[in-house]
Amino acid sequence: MGKEKMRKKEFICIVCPNGCKLTAEVSEESGGSSVNVTGYSCKRGKEYGQTEAVHPVRSVTSTVRVTGGDHPLVPVKTVKEVPKEKIFECMEAIRALSVAAPVHIGQILIRNIAGTGIDLAATGNVKQVQ
Amino acid sequence: MKRIEAVIVGGGPAGMAAALSARQNGLENILILEREEELGGILNQCIHTGFGLHTFGEELTGPEYAARYVEKIEKEKIPFYTGTTVLEIQSEEQSKLKTVTAVNRIQGVFQLQADTVILAMGCRERPRGALNIPGFRPAGIYSAGTAQRLVNREGYLPGREIVILGSGDIGLIMARRMTLEGARVKAVAERLPHPGGLMRNVVQCLEDYDIPLKLNCTVAEIHGRERIEGVTLVQVDGENRPVPGTEEFISCDTLLLSVGLIPENELTAAMGAAMNEKTGGPMVSETLETSVPGVFACGNVLHVHELVDHVSREAEEAGRFAAEWVKKR
Repeated sequence: MGKEKMRKKEFICIVCPNGCKLTAEVSEESGGSSVNVTGYSCKRGKEYGQTEAVHPVRSVTSTVRVTGGDHPLVPVKTVKEVPKEKIFECMEAIRALSVAAPVHIGQILIRNIAGTGIDLAATGNVKQVQ
Repeated sequence: MKRIEAVIVGGGPAGMAAALSARQNGLENILILEREEELGGILNQCIHTGFGLHTFGEELTGPEYAARYVEKIEKEKIPFYTGTTVLEIQSEEQSKLKTVTAVNRIQGVFQLQADTVILAMGCRERPRGALNIPGFRPAGIYSAGTAQRLVNREGYLPGREIVILGSGDIGLIMARRMTLEGARVKAVAERLPHPGGLMRNVVQCLEDYDIPLKLNCTVAEIHGRERIEGVTLVQVDGENRPVPGTEEFISCDTLLLSVGLIPENELTAAMGAAMNEKTGGPMVSETLETSVPGVFACGNVLHVHELVDHVSREAEEAGRFAAEWVKKR
């Protein structure tokens, strides 16, 4: 009757404005693969709890410099969440980048940003100006 | 004078949703008047995610949410004038026709005649002047939304060492944004015992970056004459009085204020509409009609909403009610 070793974590869900209080129990023997989440009120919350307990990820949103456009910047986002510890590395890549107008919403500006396997996409349009 | 069935004041999320709904409900002759150079309103500077979960079933950034509506406006060929500021709305007692006076660079000052007007001007931030903080007026004090515009639209970082007063959502979002851009946010001070913004933003904007949130705490003094050099924070008791001996000096070159939003209703009040002191918006009926017949209000000009999705939904209602009103005439 060896009791399983559990790591308990409590945090607030960030997927929507409800801010549910989640409790996640991670079985240490499973190496983090077995997570029991309680307190969620939707499917996305459950998924968030499972990821957050083991390896937190976040979307990164920022802006990229644009030359020759009707705006000096275009807003961007990582198309999926990146590991939390990679956020500042992503920011370095974003800051180093400058693109020429036009830029279209959804256009991929960086592939595999900071080695995360995730792309960076424009979230706005910038028109070219002569 | 040009006659329009529905003039919509403001081309942000409320104005665009109201215009689309008015069109869907049978109004052909619609015009949106927008003060900025493009449609989208404040969404254009809200580059973070969290918009559209209700409306589109997915999480979008502000500009993406706006772009979806702009696309629909263009598809429906709903006309809009950008760079156009409405100066006055007058209602003719007998005919109930509205005269809308506006100004832009191309037409100068001009007037339109409207059957119905939908107010969708949004809100603005409470400024420093509303807070009664003693001290000089040095450079380096911005409302959080102004800083957001500088960083996200114009490409300027207002400062390197930041203190934020107030924990509204924009302040929390800007704490993270400025941290990502290399600034150091030293503290967020909140007078109340609980944060003003959503818990998700406290978590993902402050806790993720180890930014201290100081509750029951406010700015007692702003230091510096030319440029802000620091602030003195002080604890407050339940009655909002400073607690002596709790003063703490924090050096900074920038103070951001995130201390609430006020519906922007100069036009509404000047029109003679009855106002609601609690919300800061006009009084409206169950059809979102103000006390001036045929003038409707929706979005943050009516009351400050927590989610843009709610604004869109309310504006759709206003558009429908306005269309019904015109058809009943």
